[in-house]
Amino acid sequence: MKEAGVKAWLPSLLRLVLVVLLVAFVTNPGWFEPLLKPLTENNAPAIYNQGSLLTLTLLHLRTVLIATVAATIVAVALAILVTRPAGVEFLPLSRSLVNIGQTFPPVAVLALAVPAVGFGEKPTLIALFLYGLLPIFENALTGLTTLPANVVEAARGAGMTGWQRLVQVELPLSAPIILGGIRLSVVISLATATIGSTVAARTLGEVIIAGLLSNNLAFVLQGGLIVAALAVLIYDGLSAIERYTARRMGQETA
Amino acid sequence: MQVMTVRFDKLGVVIAAIIAYAAFAAPFATFRANRIVPGEARSILDSLPAAVGPLLLAILVIAAIIALLKTPLVLRLAASVIALAALAILIGVAGSFLTPEGNTFARISPASGFWLLIFAFTLLLADVLTRLNLSPWARLGGLVIAALAIGLLLASGSWNSLSILKEYANRADSFWAEGSKHVTLALGSLAAAVVVGLPLGILCHRVDKFRAGVLNVLNIIQTIPSIALFGLLIAPLGWVATHVPGAAALGIRGIGAAPAFLALFLYSLLPVVANTVVGLAGVPRAANDAARGMGMTDRQRLFGVEFPLAFPVILTGIRIVLVQNIGLATIAALIGGGGFGVFVFQGVGQTAMDLVLLGAVPTVAMAFAAAIILDAVIEMTATKRRVETA
Repeated sequence: MKEAGVKAWLPSLLRLVLVVLLVAFVTNPGWFEPLLKPLTENNAPAIYNQGSLLTLTLLHLRTVLIATVAATIVAVALAILVTRPAGVEFLPLSRSLVNIGQTFPPVAVLALAVPAVGFGEKPTLIALFLYGLLPIFENALTGLTTLPANVVEAARGAGMTGWQRLVQVELPLSAPIILGGIRLSVVISLATATIGSTVAARTLGEVIIAGLLSNNLAFVLQGGLIVAALAVLIYDGLSAIERYTARRMGQETA
Repeated sequence: MQVMTVRFDKLGVVIAAIIAYAAFAAPFATFRANRIVPGEARSILDSLPAAVGPLLLAILVIAAIIALLKTPLVLRLAASVIALAALAILIGVAGSFLTPEGNTFARISPASGFWLLIFAFTLLLADVLTRLNLSPWARLGGLVIAALAIGLLLASGSWNSLSILKEYANRADSFWAEGSKHVTLALGSLAAAVVVGLPLGILCHRVDKFRAGVLNVLNIIQTIPSIALFGLLIAPLGWVATHVPGAAALGIRGIGAAPAFLALFLYSLLPVVANTVVGLAGVPRAANDAARGMGMTDRQRLFGVEFPLAFPVILTGIRIVLVQNIGLATIAALIGGGGFGVFVFQGVGQTAMDLVLLGAVPTVAMAFAAAIILDAVIEMTATKRRVETA
């Protein structure tokens, strides 16, 4: 009985500790200097000194947020379009396009976007947007095409118009699955955004690349750990929202 | 009196609009006096010899009309293939036509109009191929024909006047060296992940206690950004190289291919292990019960029943890993691990886009070919399984 209690609150406690550590690290990295010092050589700085970690973290999150919001809007709209009678002939093609899109490596997308839009945040946003589209589109499609037939029939029988069915029945019912796609896409974007710093985007990748260039492992480690911690926390948070919406829809989570 | 009705294809409207813009409003080729100066745009009529330009425009217009109207699939297939072939051949002609006699500095590269046309006709081709619902063998055949056609164009030298191939000519040796490093990294780490991941997946399937732990650890590894993971492995491998006798002789070093290999291996484990677990869990209970009833041992059951039934799902994991590894191997260049990423990052550094393309195009082509091949193999094993169990 007691053991079950420990098991129940342990994950929440770990998450809380992780949040506290993350916030402490990005606001007061100096506190952690003794921990990172052994990783440096020749008296190199242990804490990133060419910009504030907090600013970079916020810029990183902003880039991911903008790209994910744009990707969600486009992917869900596309999924709705190809599941309506008017767009159904695009369904197989959109599936194969999504598959083809996945084979483009992020570095290539970034590098090829540079001549079109210049260095900085823009090519990163394009790459993240394209990568974010795929999981969300796939999940939205799964959600919208696997609705229980009797529910859709009932909505039709109740005299709902196509628009009403979409907004009041189909979208709410597929919300948990779509959220699952958004979660996947955010985690991929958080990691991929670091590559954006190879084309001068201001993300946490800047810290990692500075570490790689100056052979300073402390930089690489702090940049990598902040991104990983953000990914774990956001993944957990979105999973919780997903479970909540699934419960509201009366579905059991797998 | 019968009324002629013209019916439009919905996708065709989009494709025809792109073709019209790309053929008449966008530049076909870019001319630059040397490698890094800004280019001047050239239209189709300016880039091709007198008779050829109008010919290409005619081909494009006819193909656009075929795409626009509701036409038989075979006609659409022919239109897209002929247009793509014409574009591929004529961009080479444009290269030689635009290069001034005896000038070795001038660079000709395909411009936005050319890429948009390629995109539009690839879209048309993809649509036709999806609607034709080809068998796996036919898809593989199509891939081989496309590869042969591109190989033939490259070998004939008709693209040699294009900027990307001039970059290649300057680096032919290192191109193949980096290419083989790229393939070794991507395939080698996949092989290692399969060798380790399959037994690990079987273990996770059979021992409940392991499953959550192993999958959680592998999930967390996926959240570490690739450039950070590559960097973080430098230190432990450097330590191994200096402290473990014989390790350095095996090529294990702090920087270079070893950390890149290890990082790709670690990323590859999750899809392999997770799909093995899912595949084995999806084996019908009845199949297992029947095998037990026949008196099969655990090992016989694993190799004779469970494994063959789970195989298509495991292959799906391998497909994910292979496509992902071919892309991620470009990042190895940042830590001195080589691969096509070398050209991409050099090109970004020098703002020489043709050099970026020299690295990016083969990477995309390999990932694309790997996806087609493995998709075909997965479909073949899956249908075979259905036939056998039916």
